[in-house]
Amino acid sequence: MFFAVTNWELLWLWKGTLFSGALSTIEISFLAYLFGLTLGLGGAMGKITGGKYLKSVLEVYTTLIRSLPELLLIVMLYYLGTDTLNRILQGLGYEAMRINGFTAAVVVLGFVMGAYATEVLRGAIQAIPVGQIEAAKAYGMSPFLRFRRIILPAMLPYAIPGMSNLWLNITKDSALVAVVGYSELTLQTKQAAGTTKAYFTFFCAAALLYLIISLVSLRLFGELERYVRRGQPKLG
Amino acid sequence: MDFSWFPHYLPMIIYGIWLTLNLLVISLVIGFILAVPIGLVQVTGPRWLKWIAAGFCTVIRGTPLLVQLWLLYYGLGSFFPQIPWIRQSFLWPVLREGFFYAGLAFTLSFAGYEGAIMKGAFLSVPKGELEAARAFGMSPWTVLRRIWLPRAFRIVLPTLGGEVILQLKATPIAATVTVIELYGASYQIRQDTYRVYEPLLMVAIIYLALTYVITRAFNYIERQVPQRR
Repeated sequence: MFFAVTNWELLWLWKGTLFSGALSTIEISFLAYLFGLTLGLGGAMGKITGGKYLKSVLEVYTTLIRSLPELLLIVMLYYLGTDTLNRILQGLGYEAMRINGFTAAVVVLGFVMGAYATEVLRGAIQAIPVGQIEAAKAYGMSPFLRFRRIILPAMLPYAIPGMSNLWLNITKDSALVAVVGYSELTLQTKQAAGTTKAYFTFFCAAALLYLIISLVSLRLFGELERYVRRGQPKLG
Repeated sequence: MDFSWFPHYLPMIIYGIWLTLNLLVISLVIGFILAVPIGLVQVTGPRWLKWIAAGFCTVIRGTPLLVQLWLLYYGLGSFFPQIPWIRQSFLWPVLREGFFYAGLAFTLSFAGYEGAIMKGAFLSVPKGELEAARAFGMSPWTVLRRIWLPRAFRIVLPTLGGEVILQLKATPIAATVTVIELYGASYQIRQDTYRVYEPLLMVAIIYLALTYVITRAFNYIERQVPQRR
């Protein structure tokens, strides 16, 4: 059937390829996650405190990105980003360069996630009772201190469930980078499967690796949520 | 910007929209029909069924759709031709097509995500209403048909529009298994005309329009359902 003894041997033989693929999936996802959260935090602050012009730009960003398919966005931004960068370089009199697939993948995935993160973080910041922020202002805290001492710790309990979902989504969306040819877990698996013709075995193994990443992440985010909620009264 | 290719490729684009909508509707309808028992057995079923259903939801939600699709397309797709009776059966023309595997993968995916949501919906139907139904002497099946399922459905209705849009946004993945749906059409046009942005831009606008129509349609449906607040 699907799993003969030889299939286990094949997997063992190719374990290095699979693990290096999994590692590069985690790396891409993690860096893109950090980039996306940074964009999201900026976007959320912009949507809450920004002027009319900034607000409408951010509204277009979040609406457009969130209503288009991820695959389409990744392909489009991948070409647009590399193309624009090369045109700028040529305009400045430099040689056009091949953009590193890793960087492109991180930037594109992060840019897409930034739109989702903006909404998650905006909701979390707006869920903080206004009185707490007013009290911080009344104490004369500078905007930065206010953010660090009041807004950030107060919003995290509301933000963590959404951030956990974003992380799970980005680890899964990073598989789409395989379509533009960056070799992370999915593409490595496809190549290994194509070479050995044991498609079923290898894709099952890849699915298992993704599942492990998801389950371990869920566990860690659960712990994190417990930690950021430590001061709050227990519900139920 | 050069859209002179547009008239020539219009039939392909329209057929692409047709395929996208087909994939969407098939996976939504069959997926939802599967999601109801998947959600239900997690609430009332025997323990082994509960485990199977919960395991199914975890696997579907914990792995990328692209991997699921390629597992079915390349894995099952390379396994089927080795079995003679499948090759000779009337199903073979269907089993040879990427469309079948895309439809299957999207259906299972929707069943997994929606199954987890239905579980929550079944749980959040007030206990008193089910007790009242039993007190009237309804059989378990009648309770499900008259009270439990309609109430659970009404609970998920507001989230259903969003789930449908998520499903629409997943369909371009079908292009990776040779289905020339809407995104696949733009890919084909790019290959033929060497135009990168125009086809992608056009397809993006069509997806936006589809998203808008779905949002409006679900707002309309939701207003039709009487609700007491």
